[in-house]
Amino acid sequence: MIELHDITIRSGPFALTNVNLSIPENTYAVLMGGTGQGKTTILEAICGLRTVASGRVLLNGSDMTRWKPGDRGVGYVPQDLALFPMMTVRGHLEFALRVRHCSAAMIKERVAELAHVLGIESLLARRVTNLSGGESQRVALGRALSFRPRVLLMDEPLNALDEATRDRLCELLRSVQKQTGLTTLHVTHSRVEARNLAEKLFVLESGQLREQPLTQLNPLSTENAKT
Amino acid sequence: MTIKPGEPEGVSPRTATDAMEVRGLTPSGSPRIAHRAGSDVPFFVVMGGLGGSFVLLIVAMLAADLAFTSPQHFAAALSKPEIQRAIQLTLVSCSISALLSIWVATPLGYLLSRFSFRGRWLIDTLIDIPVVLPPLVIGLSLLILFHLPLGDTNLERIMQESFGVRVTYAEPAVVLAQFSVACAFAVQTMRVTFDQIDARAEQVAMTLGCRRSRAFLEIALPQAWRGIVAALTIAWARSLGEFGPILVFAGATRMRTEVLSTTVFLELSVGQLEAAVAVSLLMVLAAMAVLGVVRLVGAKVVR
Repeated sequence: MIELHDITIRSGPFALTNVNLSIPENTYAVLMGGTGQGKTTILEAICGLRTVASGRVLLNGSDMTRWKPGDRGVGYVPQDLALFPMMTVRGHLEFALRVRHCSAAMIKERVAELAHVLGIESLLARRVTNLSGGESQRVALGRALSFRPRVLLMDEPLNALDEATRDRLCELLRSVQKQTGLTTLHVTHSRVEARNLAEKLFVLESGQLREQPLTQLNPLSTENAKT
Repeated sequence: MTIKPGEPEGVSPRTATDAMEVRGLTPSGSPRIAHRAGSDVPFFVVMGGLGGSFVLLIVAMLAADLAFTSPQHFAAALSKPEIQRAIQLTLVSCSISALLSIWVATPLGYLLSRFSFRGRWLIDTLIDIPVVLPPLVIGLSLLILFHLPLGDTNLERIMQESFGVRVTYAEPAVVLAQFSVACAFAVQTMRVTFDQIDARAEQVAMTLGCRRSRAFLEIALPQAWRGIVAALTIAWARSLGEFGPILVFAGATRMRTEVLSTTVFLELSVGQLEAAVAVSLLMVLAAMAVLGVVRLVGAKVVR
């Protein structure tokens, strides 16, 4: 469960004030909004990479506003993925588990499981610098899921992918969420993605974050009205 | 549309706009202003001439050195025990000061690159002081620092009494004088290195549950290794060229605090021009070897 209560974030001239958000357990939520509206900022506030000026961040009911990023247990897939250039794919999947001092056997089992689910078994020994866009996305997703996080945050994870890869990954995201029951917040500006995945829809516009009915995404509503 | 006779050959306009273009008319029908961009030769002559003059100067200097000396001079200089001892001290002191510089410059460069805090500009300015200050002044400042009365003692005496190490006019002074300047250059290099490494990966590492220290050691540092090699080399090369601070702070005692730059000075001052040039060329060779190693290592990383 992800809850934001009256969050205010300031960074230079940019400010988001009184943002409220509530995503129930086991829900796939999609956050939409134009460029520069602060969608990424909200994700960063949830995972603790950005300090909030006021308000509270609750994950699964615990107030984590002042917690360090590493203590929150948030799986985060940033927009630029930020893979670790000097590590192999296996290294990415192992990292969070090594940080948690898991046993070698447990790490091995978890990596095998993740690699199977994400379809990246053949890539495990490879360095990440020359993976394709879709492969990189899978690695970033695997890294975020590896330690069984409380919630999953993804920042435009399907951007810059060709349509076929995008569809496959959409399918993967949906099945992963079904399997894990993970509360997920997915930022995108693609209506197609939102329509495929969203169980709840939030829109950030002119500093206002509002929940919108899923019917908003209906091809017959706004999109068609625009064209 | 059809192509009218009288239009230039070899061009086949496919659209009305193309046809206008061929006739020297803009799409709106008004005549185009005739213009040819002209030759780029003057550009390369002027730029290449100005830039090349510097390259030429370096080549000319080295060539003159080479023409002045001979293998006999070289052998004679290298057989002198003072010079052998100076080579030894130079290699050891440069390596120690370069390693010390990296040890200090890596954390400092990282902190300055990753965090903005009140007073950072002041630290930035302070670090650059050794770069812009006359080298002699650094030597003098070190000398003063170690002999400024602290109550009834001074830093030099504390070092001697507590650690049994003599600093001023001894080998440690050579290393410290080299380090004071070399480290400033190493910090600049490390800072740029970390500036070029995306901090995002370290942030993600922290969301995965690790502390800053681990993100630094496992994510940032491995990516910085080319910068570390570069900084190490720059620090080594700066240390090799250091002269003023060593002269003031460590002195120029033969067989004791004489490094190669001091040798050049000492040989020159007693009129031994041949030996001075031979040693100079030795330093040129050492510098070129170091630069070559860096290029080689750098190229390997890219591949």
